Amino acid sequence: MKGLAFDVSHLLAGGLVLLSFVQLYQNRLYALLNVYSLQAFVLALSVAWQAFVQDESHLYVTAFIAFLFKAIVVPTALHRVIVQLGIQRDVENVVGVGPTMLAGLALVALAEVVMLRIAGDADVLAREDLAFALSVVLLGLLMMVVRRNAVSMVVGFMSLENGLILAAAGAKGMPLVVEISVAFSVLVALVVIGVFLFRISETFATVDAEALDSFRDGRR
Amino acid sequence: MIVDLVFQLLQMTLVIMVAPLLTGVVRATKARLNRRRGPPVLQPYLDLVRLARKEAIIADSASWLFRITPYIVFASTWVATALIPTFATGLLFSWSADLIAIIALLGAGRFFLALAGLDVGTSFGGLGSSRESLFGALAEPAMIVIVFTLALVAGSTQLSTVAAFMTSSAVGLRVSLAMALVALIIVALAENGRIPVDNPSTHLELTMVHEAMILEYSGRHLAVIELAAMLKLALYISLIICVFIPWGLAIADASVADRLFGAFVFLAKLLAGGVALGVFETSIAKMRVFRVPDFVGAALMLGFLGALLLFVSRTLK
Repeated sequence: MKGLAFDVSHLLAGGLVLLSFVQLYQNRLYALLNVYSLQAFVLALSVAWQAFVQDESHLYVTAFIAFLFKAIVVPTALHRVIVQLGIQRDVENVVGVGPTMLAGLALVALAEVVMLRIAGDADVLAREDLAFALSVVLLGLLMMVVRRNAVSMVVGFMSLENGLILAAAGAKGMPLVVEISVAFSVLVALVVIGVFLFRISETFATVDAEALDSFRDGRR
Repeated sequence: MIVDLVFQLLQMTLVIMVAPLLTGVVRATKARLNRRRGPPVLQPYLDLVRLARKEAIIADSASWLFRITPYIVFASTWVATALIPTFATGLLFSWSADLIAIIALLGAGRFFLALAGLDVGTSFGGLGSSRESLFGALAEPAMIVIVFTLALVAGSTQLSTVAAFMTSSAVGLRVSLAMALVALIIVALAENGRIPVDNPSTHLELTMVHEAMILEYSGRHLAVIELAAMLKLALYISLIICVFIPWGLAIADASVADRLFGAFVFLAKLLAGGVALGVFETSIAKMRVFRVPDFVGAALMLGFLGALLLFVSRTLK
């Protein structure tokens, strides 16, 4: 049972990291949102598995919240946003898929090394989950750095939050109220981001963040 | 000993007899899915016979390298295939070389084919050779990393040991193996010039790779090269089968009946793999040549990631 519990959670958490890489690779917005939705679904499965293994019923609530909000509500809302902006068929010009992938690999390696040092004497399952969660967080940050389309950046932010939930599920004794408040703050962030997307697209006629570069100092 | 030798020879004849059939099945599947009747499944055999009977014409500028390359390519591919435990592990030759040697044999074949493409001095041949080298430069590291992943799981690069380990219950559920499988499929598609990378059924198209290299070949030389290409396809499919779906494989010291049963199961799995390849090729469009490095690079990335995750989970336990 111990072996199986470890294998399944390793499989699901590894799947999350893999889906983060798929997001980095995917340059079509519509498909990107679908990948994000799939990642949230895998996250819900992973949290539910943790709930089963750790025998903590409140984690089922977390899994349900993750599934409902992150796999259904957020992608649907973003789908509507990109349809209204008329960019659902856009192919984003991603620069340097290869270097980005290599950078992502380096980040995963970094996360694993850091977690080995820090959480050296923690429970194997929790340590594994923490290492993967940190990888997902770093890959989400990388996504926000390398993409120029504002919607892709939002997806990077949301997938970063997936990593946080995974870390929360792996660590024992995380109170439910924290998780619920995180979930709601993400929803609030989604609303704010949605408004901002429309404002950016109204002002600059594009959601390409490169248009904002002309307002920066020191780079001409 | 004698029995082992007989089975090894049986395996070598089996793969070479069944390789054109496999290609025929892939073509027939694609034809049926396109709502064409298509040539009969046995057409590749007839093609090979026809080519072997024809006169071989060699360009004036060709050197001796051009003439021996088909045989080198064929021999290295056949030897590599003989090392794969298609229907039984622990065959006689399987202990003489491991997975890395198989990669080296295939790499040698590729090297000579690329040289032959350059040898005649036509622009098409050079184009094909340079593209083949580009894809090979990415596909071979990916393959090596996949081998590392398998070796970390099974504790050996020896294919027989790996396959025996995969049939045992010790293997468990591992995300690294799933990544290695996807990466291996991508490498197999790239190495065999199947659809997202190269179109095997075109001649004289600007995007072709394999066909461009062998454009100058004719007659028996072309027959040998075509047979080697079919054999390579069979090799990759049986590699995927023996590592990732090894059920029905006869483990070493199995009885003769078990081994024969294993051979039938292997044939069924191989042909099912051919049908799956046909369906896959019909459902996907060919990539632009300059997107292929991204595609094969994804295999490299997956292999790396799989090895990395495996390495970490080992040090953790």
